[in-house]
Amino acid sequence: MSTANQYCTFYVDGLFFGVEVLRVQEVIRFQEMTPVPLASNVVSGLINLRGQIVTAIDLRRRLALADRDPAELPMNVVIRTDDGAVSLLVDQIGDVLEVDADNYERPPETLSGVARQLVLGVYKLKDNLLLILDTDQTVDLVEKTASATAKAA
Amino acid sequence: MNESLQQELVKDLLVESYEGLDLFDRELLGIEQGQGGSDRLNIIFRVIHTIKGTAGCIGLGRIEKLAHSGENLMSLLRDGKLVATGEIVSALLSLSDALRGMLRVLESTGSESTVEHTDLLAQLERLQIAPSATPAPVVAKPTYGLFDDEDDLPAAAAAVAPIDEIHADAEYDAENEPAAAAHHETAPTAAVITASAPVVAAVAAPAASRAPVSEAPAADPSRSTASVADNAIRVDITQLDKVMNLVGELVLARNQIVSNTTVFDQAALTTAAQRLNIITTELQESVMKTRMQPIGNVWAKFPRVVRDVAKDLGKKVRLVMQGQTTELDRTIIEAIKDPLTHIVRNSIDHGIESPERRTAGGKADEGLLSLRAFHEGGQVIIEIMDDGNGIDLERVKAKAVSKNLITAEQAGRMTEREAINLIFLPGLSTAEKISNVSGRGVGMDVVKTNIEKIGGSIDLQTQCGQGTTLRIKIPLTLAIIPALIVTSGGARYAIPQVSLLELVRLEGATARTGIEKLCGAPVYRLRGNLLPLAFINEQLRTAPGLGRSIGDDDVINIVVLQADGRPFGMVVDEINDTEEIVVKPLGKQLKGISCFAGATIMGDGRVALILDVVGFAQHAHVVAETRERPVDVAKTSFVADCDKRQSLLLFNVGGKRRMAIPLALAARLEEFPLSQIEHTGDSEVVQYRGQIMPLIRVGNYITGGKVVEADPEKLSVVVYSENGRSVGFVVSSINDIVEEAFEVQRHASGRGLAGSAVVQGHVTDLLDVPALIRNATPSFYAVAA
Repeated sequence: MSTANQYCTFYVDGLFFGVEVLRVQEVIRFQEMTPVPLASNVVSGLINLRGQIVTAIDLRRRLALADRDPAELPMNVVIRTDDGAVSLLVDQIGDVLEVDADNYERPPETLSGVARQLVLGVYKLKDNLLLILDTDQTVDLVEKTASATAKAA
Repeated sequence: MNESLQQELVKDLLVESYEGLDLFDRELLGIEQGQGGSDRLNIIFRVIHTIKGTAGCIGLGRIEKLAHSGENLMSLLRDGKLVATGEIVSALLSLSDALRGMLRVLESTGSESTVEHTDLLAQLERLQIAPSATPAPVVAKPTYGLFDDEDDLPAAAAAVAPIDEIHADAEYDAENEPAAAAHHETAPTAAVITASAPVVAAVAAPAASRAPVSEAPAADPSRSTASVADNAIRVDITQLDKVMNLVGELVLARNQIVSNTTVFDQAALTTAAQRLNIITTELQESVMKTRMQPIGNVWAKFPRVVRDVAKDLGKKVRLVMQGQTTELDRTIIEAIKDPLTHIVRNSIDHGIESPERRTAGGKADEGLLSLRAFHEGGQVIIEIMDDGNGIDLERVKAKAVSKNLITAEQAGRMTEREAINLIFLPGLSTAEKISNVSGRGVGMDVVKTNIEKIGGSIDLQTQCGQGTTLRIKIPLTLAIIPALIVTSGGARYAIPQVSLLELVRLEGATARTGIEKLCGAPVYRLRGNLLPLAFINEQLRTAPGLGRSIGDDDVINIVVLQADGRPFGMVVDEINDTEEIVVKPLGKQLKGISCFAGATIMGDGRVALILDVVGFAQHAHVVAETRERPVDVAKTSFVADCDKRQSLLLFNVGGKRRMAIPLALAARLEEFPLSQIEHTGDSEVVQYRGQIMPLIRVGNYITGGKVVEADPEKLSVVVYSENGRSVGFVVSSINDIVEEAFEVQRHASGRGLAGSAVVQGHVTDLLDVPALIRNATPSFYAVAA
């Protein structure tokens, strides 16, 4: 069984997303966060992951979707990156799915905005569509942070 | 030999050889200073011998060959057949440079360098035969084997027959370098000397560090920053044993606590917690100790640097070092290596005078450079003292003025301390001419930045004619630092204690009146001095700043911090406690925020941000960002900045028109009788302080017509000077000097005007001095530039 087509799935504002399972370090419940002043609003804060300090990125904000109901606590999907772990805040966790490469398609041209940059492609599942997230792009906030600090300064 | 084994061997060779060559240099200099015993000779001999043996073992023919010829020379020294003259020492030093160069090539490319070093080989040859004029009865040792450990060639044979031997070597390596031996006898001495003259590259040219294309002997061993030798560390085995013991105890303590989670026993838990506390502290200390290295490791190369630089500049310098055993964290040692080297070079180049000047000034012809390191208050102090000429602060100021780093007026007001700080500005060098040692103007500011980056500070004292002392304060380690924890807007922040000066608490009435506003900028009078304040909540946008009204119950906590040598106050909600914190880096998503230096985990497991004091101060504009933006007179003449009060010189033009220039731009106010005015071409000039000073009639220029001055007998002139040249502005009358915060309301409202503002209740035109000069006397800037 190959793991190449296995995806860790989750929901964000009703959308069904997947991240390559090998990129996921772990999935944990909501953690208390320390907000970072002056940072881009995409950054929700810092969490203490067993002594390691991990930046948490709110996927809803990253994808320019509506904010989560404050009563709902997000889940952390901790992603491995070259620059250490980064946590993605999602609404709800789905299963690990194995998908068939035949059902893969490039994102439709009509996809616009940030999603266009962050979605690598789509798997057409029986009941719904699985959007594959480009994790490297997702955690790369360099431009955003720079403009945010420029505004702040 | 399989690939990975070969690589392993090469790596070992590199580590061992770099270390060995540093030792070699050190001992050799000791020998040169006449402190040589046979011990030292044995040491240097062994170093080269080891390199030769290892290199031979893994088939690095050229390194082996070079080492071998050096070894021959040294064996003569060791056996007392030769005396270590300056020439021999120089040759041996070039040998170590050459070997280092080859090792570096080996390290970066993975294969042996192809440079032949024929000149050096020839010189090493020549030095062997120099003393014994006896023609050689040829007792050449035909070959030497790879495992020839008993390589002590019969000294006599070596002494008389080295050339043959090298020929023999050449045959041995015949397939690689058949022509190598050909040049030996003919190699000209001049070339040899060039080769041995160390290339004293400027510290500020790090580009060369990785890929040495040629192997010109780089005199700066700090270049090997990324070298394998720097990633390895030698740890005392007893130290490791101790760490292991402590880890063992830690495991026991853990077991105790874990067993307690099932059967709860308060007393046992308390004991276990106490034990855990003790063990952790000890473990922390022990692990830190393994990272600690004596500062002598960095200093070790200084005798060589001093010798080379001094020789280059024709100076005599004696180096004295104290406190080599003072220990510092490995990362800090790395960080101060380059700054220290730079300072040492600077001291020799700028500080210590030539022997002639020293004798003329009544000093010993040999300059003294002393390095001292010691612990003080949890920090390490490094002092670099020279007994040279000191720094002429007037010259520094003049230089800063001419480079537009400060204005002439600022220079006049400067205290000694402020003038000294000018040295740390970028773009300032007092060296009259650029030598390859210093004078490029990229020195001390880099030194300062690097030292501040590791939480240190640098301080300079100088006495003209007596010498200069530089004092560097650095923390022992970077990983764990003492910090003050404060709360603001519901979040905790850690402030590194090194920047902390004091804490001020204002209560009741003082809280209401203590903070005053200066054009909207809050300040507090701290023992008579104005302390600029920054509200952390406001700056970090976590909560609205302190409201306009402060109640009776309110308390204001001011943390007095120091950034860039200037104090400022940070107003926080609450001051908690000091704690030792472990510094953890922030993810790259947050790197752009200059206010934070990292994060740490508090006792309750939550994350707290560590404030970067300098970054915060710059963010809050409580210290000037001088480092990025030196004051440019032309551009900042009129800053429409409410926070800045400016001194203005008010004058009238054409009888009634009120005009002003920043006082800083007026060098002097003069009156000239009309009779003194002379003409060159069609412009008016006066003789002023031995110069011909052009006059600009401001009234004529502004209105474009002819304006009659109030007093036709005398001219009131405002003198403006730049780069030693002056120009005079003729005005009707000079009225007043005011210090006022004003706002430029109308921009560019006329020829030569920067705008208009209300000053003292009257509309006043602000003169655009640079534009005026450019238009009226175009040659002024052209000649100055």
